[in-house]
Amino acid sequence: MNQEAEAVLGQSLSEDTHEHVHRDDIGSRMGMWLFLLTELLLFGGMFLLYASYRFLYPDGFRAAAIELNTFIGAMNTIILLTSSLSVALSIAALQKGQKKLCIYLLYFTLLSGLVFLINKYFEWGTKFQHGIYPKGPALENMSQGQIMYFGLYYVMTGLHGLHVIAGMVFISIVLALVIKNKLTSTNYTKLENSGLYWHLVDIIWIFLFPLFYLIH
Amino acid sequence: MANGTIAIPIEEAAVDFYHAEGKRKGILAWLLTTDHKRIGLMYLAAMMLFFLTAMTLGVLMRLEMLTPNNTIMSATTYNSIFTLHGVIMIFLFIIPGIPAVFGNFFLPLQIGAKDVAFPRINLMSWYLYITGGLLAIISLFTFGGAADTGWTFYVPYSIRTTSNVSFTVFAAFVLGFSSILTGVNFITTIHRLRAPGMTFFRMPLFVWGLYATAWIQILATPVIGITLLLIILERTFGIGIFDPTLGGDPLLYQHLFWIYSHPAVYIMILPAMGVVSEILPTFARKDVFGYKQIALSSLAIAMIGYLVWGHHMFSSGISDTSRVVFSLLTFLVAIPSGVKVFNWVATLYKGSIEFRAPLLFVLAFIFIFSIGGLTGLVQGALSTDIHLTDTYFIVGHFHYVMFGGMGTIFFGSLHYWFPKMFGKMYNEKVAIIACTTFVIGFNIMYFTMFILGYEGMPRRYYSYLPQFQTLHRIVTVGSWIMVSGIILMLSNLVRGLIKGEKAPDNPWGGTTLEWRTSSPPPVENFEEIPLVTGGPYVHDRETYVMHPDKEAR
Repeated sequence: MNQEAEAVLGQSLSEDTHEHVHRDDIGSRMGMWLFLLTELLLFGGMFLLYASYRFLYPDGFRAAAIELNTFIGAMNTIILLTSSLSVALSIAALQKGQKKLCIYLLYFTLLSGLVFLINKYFEWGTKFQHGIYPKGPALENMSQGQIMYFGLYYVMTGLHGLHVIAGMVFISIVLALVIKNKLTSTNYTKLENSGLYWHLVDIIWIFLFPLFYLIH
Repeated sequence: MANGTIAIPIEEAAVDFYHAEGKRKGILAWLLTTDHKRIGLMYLAAMMLFFLTAMTLGVLMRLEMLTPNNTIMSATTYNSIFTLHGVIMIFLFIIPGIPAVFGNFFLPLQIGAKDVAFPRINLMSWYLYITGGLLAIISLFTFGGAADTGWTFYVPYSIRTTSNVSFTVFAAFVLGFSSILTGVNFITTIHRLRAPGMTFFRMPLFVWGLYATAWIQILATPVIGITLLLIILERTFGIGIFDPTLGGDPLLYQHLFWIYSHPAVYIMILPAMGVVSEILPTFARKDVFGYKQIALSSLAIAMIGYLVWGHHMFSSGISDTSRVVFSLLTFLVAIPSGVKVFNWVATLYKGSIEFRAPLLFVLAFIFIFSIGGLTGLVQGALSTDIHLTDTYFIVGHFHYVMFGGMGTIFFGSLHYWFPKMFGKMYNEKVAIIACTTFVIGFNIMYFTMFILGYEGMPRRYYSYLPQFQTLHRIVTVGSWIMVSGIILMLSNLVRGLIKGEKAPDNPWGGTTLEWRTSSPPPVENFEEIPLVTGGPYVHDRETYVMHPDKEAR
């Protein structure tokens, strides 16, 4: 055996690599980041469409953006940002062994997600009442730019809403695991990964908010 | 050494993974397994089924083209059949083919791991794959019948047609999800589970191919996901994003579609190129020529390949500037591809070549793929492409690269790794005859298509002008020869599976880690995680310590 082999061999023995490692926290975090990358690209396609149509129909987009309620949008932004904070704090709480605090913070995150969705429901509902929906009476009479704007608005916020729901499902699962003591101060990667997912949902909203509500 | 193998002390053989006692018995031991080897074989079984279905559809299409007019089917049926042939072949066979079957089975073995990083997600990918496949088949018989748009689902036709496009598109969406999860799994596996001593530049080249592929799977597939979702939304709610009557731009659909679907071409071919780089050094009995160049050219192809989608749209009405840029980038892909071909040929140069069945497939691949690649340049050039767009030239070209590239190597991998996967040998003479028949039929069939296309025969037509009949007949006869080659090959393998003699652990004298365990491998692949002290294709000295613990004691 050559010297290199011995060098690696000695090292590998000291690290006890022959034992099968059942849990690989770095690995599962890496998997999660890769998955988040795919989510970003999923929305990337939509942002690309948004950019193209905004360039094509600047006037229609301006006219349509005024129809949205900036106040509700801003409120939802605050709600989501706060929930991102609470999920981050819940991880810290679990790491410090404060199980109860962690549970409260996760409940708070879930509640924020729910409030966000309720706001969204009323926002969409009002638009529907005014006939602003695909093939709706009001939208049909608007300009092509406005039709594109609302088409994108419904698809992008709808897709984002689905991600909020998915994030809430993930958080509910880890919440149950925390309650059952399956996740502890030494084993919290699943909570961390769900938190990462929640942050992604948050970040996408941070882009959606100015693009649809603020740019007039 | 004379036979290229190195004598290693034969241990008491562990129970192979077929016979190992698991938690579950019977069919559930397969359907609920998290063993990467079983999942790989389940992919293989499903995939062969889908492949044979799509091949039959292809044969039917060629029968229709035997005479200029209606031979056996109507125009609508023909439209549905070429759509389904494309969808099944591309989404169910060619894209997932080598990574899902051979990647799953051999990636952990080649890097000296016990399994992939996320075994349960791996099983979930298989179920998504099966769901997608079933959805595609079901779409044939429900709500308005099979999609008739072609596998590209171009708008605005795909949002207007009454056929069941939503279902077929959803099938492709689900398959994309399966592909993404496999990609995430493989990248994490390669980063986290390599055996001690196996640095990145000691990984077998097949692993490099899978690594580059996995990155494209992750970076490109989500884009097709959202695009296909938009088609479904468009058909269900009429949101108008791709509908020109409402202000949408159909060209944007084509952009988004090809942003995925062009890189998907490299998802198909990179793992195949990896297999080629495995088989050649084994049978040339020497180290692969230019290891690092082959490894890095995979990444280069993946990167440049991500930026060339526009060459599918040269005649769609994109600006001259973008056409020139995309044309230039397209030519750039030829450089890393050429690097690979030259390195493969140089690997054979002055090797002590042993001519066995798997090597024949690889040589056929190099020949076929070079024709496919070079005809690609004809279409990458703007002026010639305008003449050839939507003709049989294109059909010939993409069958050369996709089927001739990935398909040939899929069969080649099957022949190379068959002894390891099943622990049996097949009849090599029959395999060689089958491969030769396949290659002859293949070239008769698809090369004639180049001539047809050059003379102006458009693709996707169920009838044609009488002047094309002779050539069309040659193509159809070629399809019969090719298919008989495939049937002979597969029946030979099935016969080997049932009656073949027991395979030794290392029948070809391979130097990578999968040949260092028994055939078929035990559940945990290796008795101990081996220690790697050298490159993957070293023939003249020992580079693995198979029992680092025992030897240290």
